[in-house]
Amino acid sequence: MINKKVNNVEAALVGVKSDMTLMLGGFGLCGIPENSIAELVRLGVKNVTCISNNAGVDDFGLGLLLQNKQIKKMISSYVGENDEFERQMLSGELEVELTPQGTLAEKCRAAQAGFPAFYTPAGYGTEVAEGKETRDFDGKMFVLESAYKADFAFVKAWKGDAAGNLVFKGTARNFNPLMCGAATITVAEVEELVSVGELDPNQIHTPGIFVQRIFQGEKFEKRIEQKTVRQSS
Amino acid sequence: MLDKNGIAKRIAKEVQNGYYVNLGIGIPTLVANFVRDDIEVEFQSENGVLGMGPFPFEGQEDADIINAGKQTITTMPGASFFDSATSFSMIRGKHVHLTILGAMEVSENGDIANWKIPGKMVKGMGGAMDLVASADNIIVAMMHTNKRGESKLLKRCSLPLTGVGCVTKVVTNMAVLEIKNNQFYLIERAPGVSVEEIQNATEGTLFIEGEIPEMNI
Repeated sequence: MINKKVNNVEAALVGVKSDMTLMLGGFGLCGIPENSIAELVRLGVKNVTCISNNAGVDDFGLGLLLQNKQIKKMISSYVGENDEFERQMLSGELEVELTPQGTLAEKCRAAQAGFPAFYTPAGYGTEVAEGKETRDFDGKMFVLESAYKADFAFVKAWKGDAAGNLVFKGTARNFNPLMCGAATITVAEVEELVSVGELDPNQIHTPGIFVQRIFQGEKFEKRIEQKTVRQSS
Repeated sequence: MLDKNGIAKRIAKEVQNGYYVNLGIGIPTLVANFVRDDIEVEFQSENGVLGMGPFPFEGQEDADIINAGKQTITTMPGASFFDSATSFSMIRGKHVHLTILGAMEVSENGDIANWKIPGKMVKGMGGAMDLVASADNIIVAMMHTNKRGESKLLKRCSLPLTGVGCVTKVVTNMAVLEIKNNQFYLIERAPGVSVEEIQNATEGTLFIEGEIPEMNI
């Protein structure tokens, strides 16, 4: 067993510097690496490029980095829940690259899997395809999209072990497994760091080879963005 | 004239037994409430769940189980969770049979715009571009006109496009229309709405043939 365990978030983020490109898992506030984000705020790294499907809300998730003006460029598919984001974008302080969600997922997966690029139909004929190579396959047009290159990937899992194996829960899986191994260093924070051998090898979502550092998150707020309930009958 | 629930109710009639269906945010989400209960249908949400169920009861909500609108949900027996690349494999690979989504504009050649108003609203496209570029069966659910009373069924979209030539059917508060041969074919009228009213509210080319029946919902 190759040991990936580090003792805390400080150790997990050693080497993170200003001007780096960071991947962050999560969809909305679901499955975001809360502890790593808090440490990024504490470290105060500046001018970072963040690849993340969303940009958090004003006072949680990547919104915390935005408030601190630590983000130079944001690469996302949907950024609708964040006033500070909108303000920085419209004023030109923040560079924004909007990418279709499936393309964003696949650009991560391509980086993980060693593909330099791939063709997708998403965005053909729209401003997303501007300046990109397009090609006809069997009468349908596709756009060539490149794999991401990132320095660090921060992901959050439900359970993990020192070997770096990860298990996700519910829709908190989202982009997290795709970002593992898609950056030079992948840092996984888990709700529960279990003993090696405890996870059933049949049930592991992300094998440890894709993870360089793993730690037990100190606390998880797991904030709900849109609480919707039905009346009991 | 239909309200949002009426539009959802009419669209629900398009959902067939054995369908995997992706519902967008807004009116499309309401469709799930009106699908016949004698057919088997599974709802997919592109953040990574197949077999979506209703909202949870108070106190049962789980931060780890949400839909693409970031709302807390439940799952049905037989449901599954997966990563976002797998989710879009279902969509891009045409395994999802029907996609229902909202729009700001639709043009007579099937273009759709629903993600950006330059200088005003830039929320992003989310999964909409992948959905419209991939699905064969796309129904747009929307109001026939915008808040200023202007037609949303146009000759050409004025807003940045989400996809080109992809919409096959539009259900509005006034009508059901099919898009083919660069025209809107009027199929049904909403209860109490005349063909003339629909014509007046449609900027794109409207093809009307014979008696247009009233919707049965």
